[in-house]
Amino acid sequence: MTPNPTQDVRGTGDSGGSRRSGAPTALAALGRGGTATVALLLALIFVVIATQNPSFFEGPPLMSFAKKAAPLVILAIGQYLVIVSGEFDLSVGSLVGAQVVIAARLIDGQEAMTLPVIGLMMVFGLVVGLVNGLVTTLLRVPSIITTLGTMLILFGAVRYWTGGAPTGALSESFRVPGRHGIEGVPFLGELPWALVIALVLAVGAVFLMRSPFGRSLVATGDNDVAAAFSGVRVWRVRTMAFVGSSLMATVAAILIGGYAGVTAQVGDGLEFTAITAVVLGGVVLGGGRGTVVAAVLGALTVEALFTLFNQLYLPSTIQPSVQGLIIIAAVAYAARRGDLRLPERLRRRPAHPTERSLGTSRR
Amino acid sequence: MTRPPIPLTRNPRPRLDTTGLVYLALVLLLALSAALVAARGGNLFTTANTVDLFTRSSLLGFLAIGQTLVILCRSLDLSVGYVAALSTVVAATTMAGDPSRVLLGVGATLGVAGLIGLANGLVVTRLRVNPFIATLGMGLVIKGYLDTNFQGPAGSIPAAFQAFGYTRIGVLPVSTLVMLGVALAAVLFLRRTRTGYHMYAVGGDAEVARLSGIRSGVPTVTAHVLCSVTAGVAGLLLAARFGTGSATVYSGGYELEAIAAVVLGGTYLLGGRGGVAGTVAGVLILATLDTVFNVLAVDPFVKDVLRGVIVIAAVAVYARRGHPARRVRFPSGGTAPPGPGPGSRPGPDPSPESDPDPETGPAPQPLGGLR
Repeated sequence: MTPNPTQDVRGTGDSGGSRRSGAPTALAALGRGGTATVALLLALIFVVIATQNPSFFEGPPLMSFAKKAAPLVILAIGQYLVIVSGEFDLSVGSLVGAQVVIAARLIDGQEAMTLPVIGLMMVFGLVVGLVNGLVTTLLRVPSIITTLGTMLILFGAVRYWTGGAPTGALSESFRVPGRHGIEGVPFLGELPWALVIALVLAVGAVFLMRSPFGRSLVATGDNDVAAAFSGVRVWRVRTMAFVGSSLMATVAAILIGGYAGVTAQVGDGLEFTAITAVVLGGVVLGGGRGTVVAAVLGALTVEALFTLFNQLYLPSTIQPSVQGLIIIAAVAYAARRGDLRLPERLRRRPAHPTERSLGTSRR
Repeated sequence: MTRPPIPLTRNPRPRLDTTGLVYLALVLLLALSAALVAARGGNLFTTANTVDLFTRSSLLGFLAIGQTLVILCRSLDLSVGYVAALSTVVAATTMAGDPSRVLLGVGATLGVAGLIGLANGLVVTRLRVNPFIATLGMGLVIKGYLDTNFQGPAGSIPAAFQAFGYTRIGVLPVSTLVMLGVALAAVLFLRRTRTGYHMYAVGGDAEVARLSGIRSGVPTVTAHVLCSVTAGVAGLLLAARFGTGSATVYSGGYELEAIAAVVLGGTYLLGGRGGVAGTVAGVLILATLDTVFNVLAVDPFVKDVLRGVIVIAAVAVYARRGHPARRVRFPSGGTAPPGPGPGSRPGPDPSPESDPDPETGPAPQPLGGLR
């Protein structure tokens, strides 16, 4: 229904399969483009972690890694939806912070309030996503400015509401998804709820991207004019992407709040970490290329990198430097590979003079 | 400035362009704020308030002017806050309280900043890393270096140089004058030099620019170097105000505020349109808001909310106006007409339409063959 490049269709389908079936397909995927770079990088980091700490892959440590990585994976899925449609969402960090603070203030330690407040958080996430999406698409404000504005608004509003410091407390049942899991699983010990939720969302996102909506989203990111001419309602698709991102941020907030508790700094800088994760997965800023699975792998890579830093006893202050260098190197490597693929794209659509553009191309 | 003024009547239907609109918005905002403050029984234009307004605008101004050049080239620089923080440290440790080392300190600071800009530019153009990621990564690298090596204040700034932060002539701080001088230089650079024109060309369409014989990397790298150097100047200003090097100033969120000022000034975030004159107005608007919020004793958290709303609303207004102009420029929707276009060749290039001097009036130069 949409002029979706066959390459992207193939990429999504393959990686969707490789995610669930395991090593042989994953190895096969390494030979092709798309998720190859990030999968290789992740494997490399895991190998280094294993040499440092051989017990890392023995169930419980791996599960605690998964528990810690789950929120970033979920945020990366949300950010992927927005980035692949050609936009940015800088508001997710502030939204996570706001949601955690809202939860603490409204629940205030009462078990009975847990579910209603989670429902309210979802509605709040929905509203924030709608505002981001509609302002970006209908008022044609560049998304970097829209979401920067939402970030400022959420940051200020929540602090004004709580008088500067978060008040209240989370209930015990609110903290279950972020902290606990299914006990007594053989080999693994405890299967964290966070991992289950992240897996369900990741599989759901893979199927979403293979649905007509997902195809339209990628087509919109690739070339929104062409998508519009093919009957995609660009504004609606992009708004849905923003809503998806905000809802994912809300889920991540529930996990982060449960895992780490309430502080004034919750969510600080998470938007950049999520974007880093997505981009590390080879998803192109500006839209139209990359898969959800690659974004998920990117998030795992970032989290594995943090774990590695801890194991190497790097001073925590130097970690940003190493992180920065690795992102630049990984993206430079991916860009080099994209260069090799360029002739094929040009051959496919010779009549498109603005095919190669620096940075993002969106309207 | 150097162009003879064009009478308004030359344009049959004088339509305010974006820069004119920004200055109009600034004037309206000032009038509205003055009225609001007066209604509360105060006076917005007391010496203290005016000095406060100008002082706020100088720091953001340096950052935003550099950012304008980078954004015009369709790039982005998220590292400016970190570069400014690093610059305070370099300046303070090099000067080390010795007045005779002021020049050395300034030189070292601007040199280091320029090298960072060069690295940014080369990573963006040579390695083809998305500028968002390249400069974010560079910012993280600098952050790691600063956090590891400088826990507290470092070095000291001699009193002679601290004067840069505090001296003022009448109500105009010297730093604001320097900022306006840099802005003027940037305007002239964009409208009078070949590289300046090439920046618009590359930002408008890098591929077309390349096919027209522009080495599209050069303007982008130049813009990144200049952007980092202005961030270095901002760092010098911060160092002069604090009297010492403070590595933690990067947490001020300067890079996003600078981008907001640039976009508020009417520069198109995707490059090729806009200019420094608008940016200066954008900076003054943000500074005015801050000053007014201060005078009215608005809760600092509400301030963030209002700022967010205002930036979004302002950009939405431009987006509404900007659209028709776009259509007219490329009526065939893709292939540019074979007339002389911006950056098609060096020589008497048509001036970028959305960047007239505030002094020469808001009438845009007619673009031969394109309008």
